[in-house]
This record gives sequence, C-alpha cells and structure tokens, in this order.
Amino acid sequence: MTTRPRPSRWPLTGSRAPLHLLLGCVAGALTLLGAGHVAATEVVDPDIALAFGALIACGELARMMMPGNREVAPISTAAALGYAMLLDVEGRPAGHGALQVIAVMAIGMIAGALPHLAVGRPPQAAAMARRLVAGALVALAYRPLATPLYASTGHGHPDGEWWLVLATMVVLVAAMLLVDVLIAAVLRAERVRTALAVAVRDELRMAGPLGAAVGASGTLLALASHGMGLVALLVFAAPLLVTQVAFRKYAGIRATYLQTVRALARVPEVGGYVDHGHSRRVSRLSVAVGRELGMSEPELLELEYAALMHDIGQLSLADPIPGGATVFTDQEQARRIAELGAEVIRKTGVLDRVAEIVRLQSDPPGPAVPRASRIIKAANAYDDLVGSSSDRDRAAAALDRLRAGCGEEYDPEVVEAMASVLARKRRR
Amino acid sequence: MRELPWPAKVYIVVLVTAAAVLIGRAFLTGGGLGGPDWRTLVVLALLFLVCESVPTLLNVEQTAISVSFSAVLAAAVLVGPLGAALVGAVAVLSVRPGLPPVKRLFNGAQFAVCGLAAGETYRLVGGQQGLPVERFADLIVPYAAATGVFVALNILLVGVMLRLASVVRGDEVPLRDTARLLASYLGYATIGLLIVGLWATVQSISAVLVLVPVFIARWAFGQYRAQERAYEATMAALCQAVETKDYYTRGHCTRVSKASTMIAEEIGMGPERLRAIRYAGMLHDVGKLGVPTKVLQKEGALTEEEYAAIQLHPMRGLEIVKGIDFLDEAFAGIMHHHERHDGKGYPMGLAGDEIPEFARIIAVADAFDSMTSDRSYRKAKSPEAAIEELRKNAGTQFDPYLVDAFITAVRRDGWDPPGRPPDPPAGHPTTVMKDHDDPTTPIQVAADR
Repeated sequence: MTTRPRPSRWPLTGSRAPLHLLLGCVAGALTLLGAGHVAATEVVDPDIALAFGALIACGELARMMMPGNREVAPISTAAALGYAMLLDVEGRPAGHGALQVIAVMAIGMIAGALPHLAVGRPPQAAAMARRLVAGALVALAYRPLATPLYASTGHGHPDGEWWLVLATMVVLVAAMLLVDVLIAAVLRAERVRTALAVAVRDELRMAGPLGAAVGASGTLLALASHGMGLVALLVFAAPLLVTQVAFRKYAGIRATYLQTVRALARVPEVGGYVDHGHSRRVSRLSVAVGRELGMSEPELLELEYAALMHDIGQLSLADPIPGGATVFTDQEQARRIAELGAEVIRKTGVLDRVAEIVRLQSDPPGPAVPRASRIIKAANAYDDLVGSSSDRDRAAAALDRLRAGCGEEYDPEVVEAMASVLARKRRR
Repeated sequence: MRELPWPAKVYIVVLVTAAAVLIGRAFLTGGGLGGPDWRTLVVLALLFLVCESVPTLLNVEQTAISVSFSAVLAAAVLVGPLGAALVGAVAVLSVRPGLPPVKRLFNGAQFAVCGLAAGETYRLVGGQQGLPVERFADLIVPYAAATGVFVALNILLVGVMLRLASVVRGDEVPLRDTARLLASYLGYATIGLLIVGLWATVQSISAVLVLVPVFIARWAFGQYRAQERAYEATMAALCQAVETKDYYTRGHCTRVSKASTMIAEEIGMGPERLRAIRYAGMLHDVGKLGVPTKVLQKEGALTEEEYAAIQLHPMRGLEIVKGIDFLDEAFAGIMHHHERHDGKGYPMGLAGDEIPEFARIIAVADAFDSMTSDRSYRKAKSPEAAIEELRKNAGTQFDPYLVDAFITAVRRDGWDPPGRPPDPPAGHPTTVMKDHDDPTTPIQVAADR
C-alpha cells in the first residue's frame, strides 16, 4: 500500500502573501543597510562583535520548532538583544551603532543557518526575518541612548546607579516582544486564515513564556558584560540552554503525541472498517472549518484529536459496520459507535473534553452539543459522500445535501463555513 | 515519616553541632559582618529560600538539589565563608510543605557546613572576596575550586545520611544518574557565577533576573512532564482499544512494554532508548487488526495463504506507526518481533544478531506475557513455568543473553501476572484466537499445498 504524498498545508493561501513579502523586503533592506555600513566604515570593537556574532550563529544553529510550526532560536535572539543593549565590557564603553548590530545579527544568523541548509533543512524565511527585525528595532531604539545611559551610571563607576539602564532595557524588551507577537500574529493570520484577534491571543499564549525567558536573558547578558566581560557570554548560556532543552523536549513530545494519535487513528482503516484516509481527511476539513469559525489553537487541537479518533469506537464493536459510522448508518448505530469511542478516549484520563466531543458527534445540533462535535458531524458526512474523489459535481452535490439538512441535522453556521473553506480550496 | 535509626540521629546531632560551632568560630575570628554585607546576605538568603521551597524538577528522585545551591556559592564570593554558611543555614526555614523538622535541621546544617567549606576554599585558592573589581576571569579558578569542594562535601554528607537512614543501598544509584546530577550541579554553579557578575550593576535585582529563565525552564519541564504522562496514557488507552478485539489479551501491550523495559534496563540501555523500547513494546501488535478475524479464529492448521496473512501483521503495524517520530530502532522492533534466533521466524527470516536488538527484546517479553496470561483455550502458566519455557527455547527462538537478563530482572523485581480475567461480560467480543505469540502452541501450517 502506498500513502499519498501529503498535500501542501491545505488551509494555507499559497504564494499570495503580501505581508510575508513585505517582511522579507524589510529584513533584506536592513541586512543590506547594515552590511553597507560595515563595509563603508570601520568595525567598532571587532572582538566584541565577533564574540556576539558567534553566539548568534550558535543560537541559530540550535534553533527549534515549537508547536504550531513555529520556528524559534532563543539563544540567537537573546544574544542579539544583549549586543543591541550592551553598554560596556568590563568598563570599556561599547561604541557600536545600530547598523553594526544589524550587520552582526544578519551575518551571525546566515552563518548559523548554513549548516542546516547544507543538510537540506532550510530555515523558515519569515521566522528568520522576524528575528532580525525584532533585534533591529531594539538596536535602533537603544543605540542612540547608549552614551547618555552609560553616563548615568557614572561611566561604569562601582558606585554608579544602574536602575535607569535596567528600566530602559525592560521597557524596550517588553515593547519588542509585543511587536514581535503582533508581527507573528499578522503573518499567521495571513498564512492560515484565522482572525487577527484569535491569532494574537494564540501567539501570546505560545510565545509568552519563552519570550520572557529570552528577554530576561538578553538583559542579563548586557548587564553581566559590565562586570564579567566576555566571559558573560559563556556563563549566561547556561540558564538559557536549560530553558531551551526544556522547551525542545516539550515541543518534541507535543509533536509525537499528535503523530501518534494520527497514526493510531488509522487502525480502523487498516482493519478495513473505514474508508482509507477517512479520519485524516475529516480531521483536516474539521480543523479548517474550526479555524474559519475563529476557534483558538487549544480548541483546534482538541477538535483535531476528536476528528482523528471519531471512528475509534468501531474497534469495540463485535461486528464492525463495514464502511464505518456513515451518513448511511442509522442514528442508533452511529450513537453507539460515538459512545464506545468516547469511552475509549475517556480511559486516557487526560482527554475528557475530546471524549465529550466524540460522544456528541452524531447528535443533532443543539445547545448542549459543542461546536466541535457539530463540525465533526458535518465534516464526517461530507467525507462519506465525497471521499477521496476530487469530482466537483460530487462535492457540490454533497454540500447541497448538507445544506438541505441544516437546522435538523447540521449546524447552518458550520455548513456555511465549510462551503467557504471548500470554495477557497477549489480556487487554488 | 518513619522513625530514623539511632546512628542517623547521632549523625544529625553531630552535624548540627559542627555547623553551630563552625559558624560561631567564624563570627569570633572573622570579626562579624558589615552593614552592606548584611543587606547582600538578606537578598541571597531570600533567593535561597525561594529556590529551596520550589525544588526544580532537575533532580534524581531522593536527592533533590535546587538552585538554592547557587545562592550559597554567590554568598561565598560576595560575603565570604561566614556569609555562605549563614545563607546555607536558612534551609531550616524552608517552606516546602510536608518537610519534617528533622530533615530541615539536617538540610540547614549540611548546607551551612558545605557553604563554610566552599568559602574557605575560595579564599585559600586566592579568590578576592567582595565585588569583582579587577579582571573577572581571575575569579573563575577559585570559584571552580569552591564549587568542587561544595559539591563533593554535599554528596558525601547527604550520601552518608541516606545510607544511615537506609533509604537507598549504595549500589542503587546508577552511574548515569550521578552524571546527570553532576551536570545539573555544574549548571547551577554557573548561575551562582552569574549572580556574582550581575551584582556589580543591579545588585539585588540580579537575583530576580537570573530566576526568570530558570523558573520558566522549570515551568517548561513541568509542561513537558505533563504532556509526556498524557501521551503515555493516551497511547496505552488506544492500544487497549485495539486489543478489545480479543477479551483475553487485555493489557497485553502494557505488560509487554513493561517487560521489554525491564530487559532493556537490565542490559544497561540509555534513557532515550529506554523510552523508545517502552513505546515499541506498547505498539508491537497494533497491526494485528489488519489480519482477517476468520484467520485468527480458525481452529487447527492454517493454509499457506492464511499463514501469510498472519505473517503480515508486523508489517501492518509498522505501516501504521511509521509516521511517528520514534527512534528507528523502535520501528525495527515492531517489524521484527516475530523473528526467531534460529532464523525460522517472520517476516524476513533473520537470525541471531541480524535481528535488531529491540525486536529480540520484545520477542522475549511478548512470549512471556502470552504464556503467563489466560487464554480461552488454556490456563495461564506460572511465571516460574514460563521462565522454564523461555530457557528451553533460548538459543532456538530467543536470544539467550536477553533471556538471562530478563530472568535476572524478574528474580529481582518480581512480576505481576495479569491474574484470572473475570468471565467475559455478555455481548463482549470474545474472539477465540490462537495466540501467535505463545511458543508452546506454535501456529501449525498445513504441509500440503
């Protein structure tokens, strides 16, 4: 048996992404500006620039993927922040300008991305551009203030006050994190077609903790260089490395979890109880519809799990219904499969809400039925009617049939969302 | 808490007395502490308390160490031996819930002694006490020496305590855990260094700044643990669902997973591979559903075609799980768990060392659980009898080395056989199937074609 090649991420809008293009242009322009500046003038404090550039490259090399296909490089970002906000290194004032920071960042990031490229793992261009722009913003805002701020500490005098410096750093880092979340949300909204408000909330939830750790580490690095010199770069890497390991493990288990549920959801298919690829198609369509309806990422994850496992109850039946719990099955049978499936999922002890969604998947829409269940009911019916076929007439007929059942069988809102998702898919 | 044996009590009394005497002596000879020193001390002590009260997850079961240790080391540099001892002694006040007073007392005394020793070492090796004003790099060698003394003394004092309280036997802490413990000590030591380095600029705030990434890391580890638990529970539940096809094989996957892990631990596999084999053991029979029920239910000998259908199930299993990001070894384990040591197994007829290690392990675990479980057509064997059977087939069906490892592990840790299942409830599918995993009732294939 062969598996079909994975279609390119379905709910995405393809190449028409003006905001992605804009971000890319900004990042490119910044890189050129920085590189031009460095080429035209002399590099200030080349040893410091080299040390930070190397750390940025290492961080880029150790980039990782967070849940939701988000590429991050915490060490690289923290190092860039540290370099942008550096005041002095063991009493030697740092005289570099914002453009030099941008150049060091760009060169370090490219150097760190090269080994990945060599083995065929290109970085996400948008994520990389975002990192560059975020660092550049801090550099542009902070570098002009560097000299007066350093003066406020008594030029690094042991009895000098650093509170003003710290406050400036914290404010700038917080602003940078907010802008970064906003850019990420705008890009995500464009890429996966979700509402901007929902995207902002999702990004805040996903990027919040890691962003705080990165911001604190960047501040730490800039401050520690005063007392510790470039040793700070080595020492500071420890707490951030621990953080990175923790997040990497977390992201890893999240990915494996999803893959495993996807894989095991195919058991009824391999057993011949359900049409091949059914659960996967239903889950894709359900998630696209859920997104269209403005569901947040945690809700979408539950929806995806429930959609993947909606036929798992088949396994508990003595005599499986050939073809699964389809629109052609009678209501009693369908409800029984839903109950049995929910029972299996409830046994996990952690997916209670998913179990509830599965339990109510065959019920007619009502106030007690979660939206996710209504989506699965409609998506399941659609896939039963259309299957893996790409025949337009068949798809249109299926949609008409769902529309005819609106109100009694299917939720009209869900069916309309599905219609627009399908229409968009067809246009491409 | 259990009553401590008397040597442990004596030990605690001696340690507490030693700590008190040492601190007192340091006060008298060192001439006390100045005002700024006290301010520094209060901040570090608070930091210590916060960290001590929330021990990180980066620990080995019984020997919880936490970031608190870095506060003591920072005090050794900034305030000196007495300061380090006082910060360490604060452990007595730890607000960790449920910590018995005896333990608090021990922790306080232990940390105080270690802190004092670290501070003295730092001084002896030529470390500058107070804020680093000259070259920071000069501070690193004395600091490293102080850390070394602290860690060594800490391990010694706690080790003796654990031994006296007979919580662990000396040979029970494996080498790998010790290595991990040392690595986390090193990590925390650098955090202490970072606090010292930051003290020159933002003093007390430096403690907070350092804590932000550490606590976020801790939070992320917590999330990771929670996800991992959820994941394993989900996998177990789904595998059980696959098994409900046959009432009598309930819990088979979890038990095979457990037995495989026992063997893997016995032969000294690393944590990554241990996790992989736990998952592989859980998923090894997931392809069984692809075998037509009528073949599984058939009484008597199978035809060549039917046997071929059975032989396919490891491949079906592999096909299902191949989208999961496991170690490749886990896939090999699922694919080849019905190979035999003498090369007469399926699906590829590999022999001896050609069979992937994971598959050889799962084969032993699989057969053992199958023999010690009830089947509709026979009763379960006792673990002893099943072990005998494994021995008899070692070298033909099983890898003898792994059989020995399993027997050692079962002898030491015991084995819970699944117990008699109650009679199947009415209406529940009770597929009467010949167990393809059981070495005592091999599948018979009709010889004629």
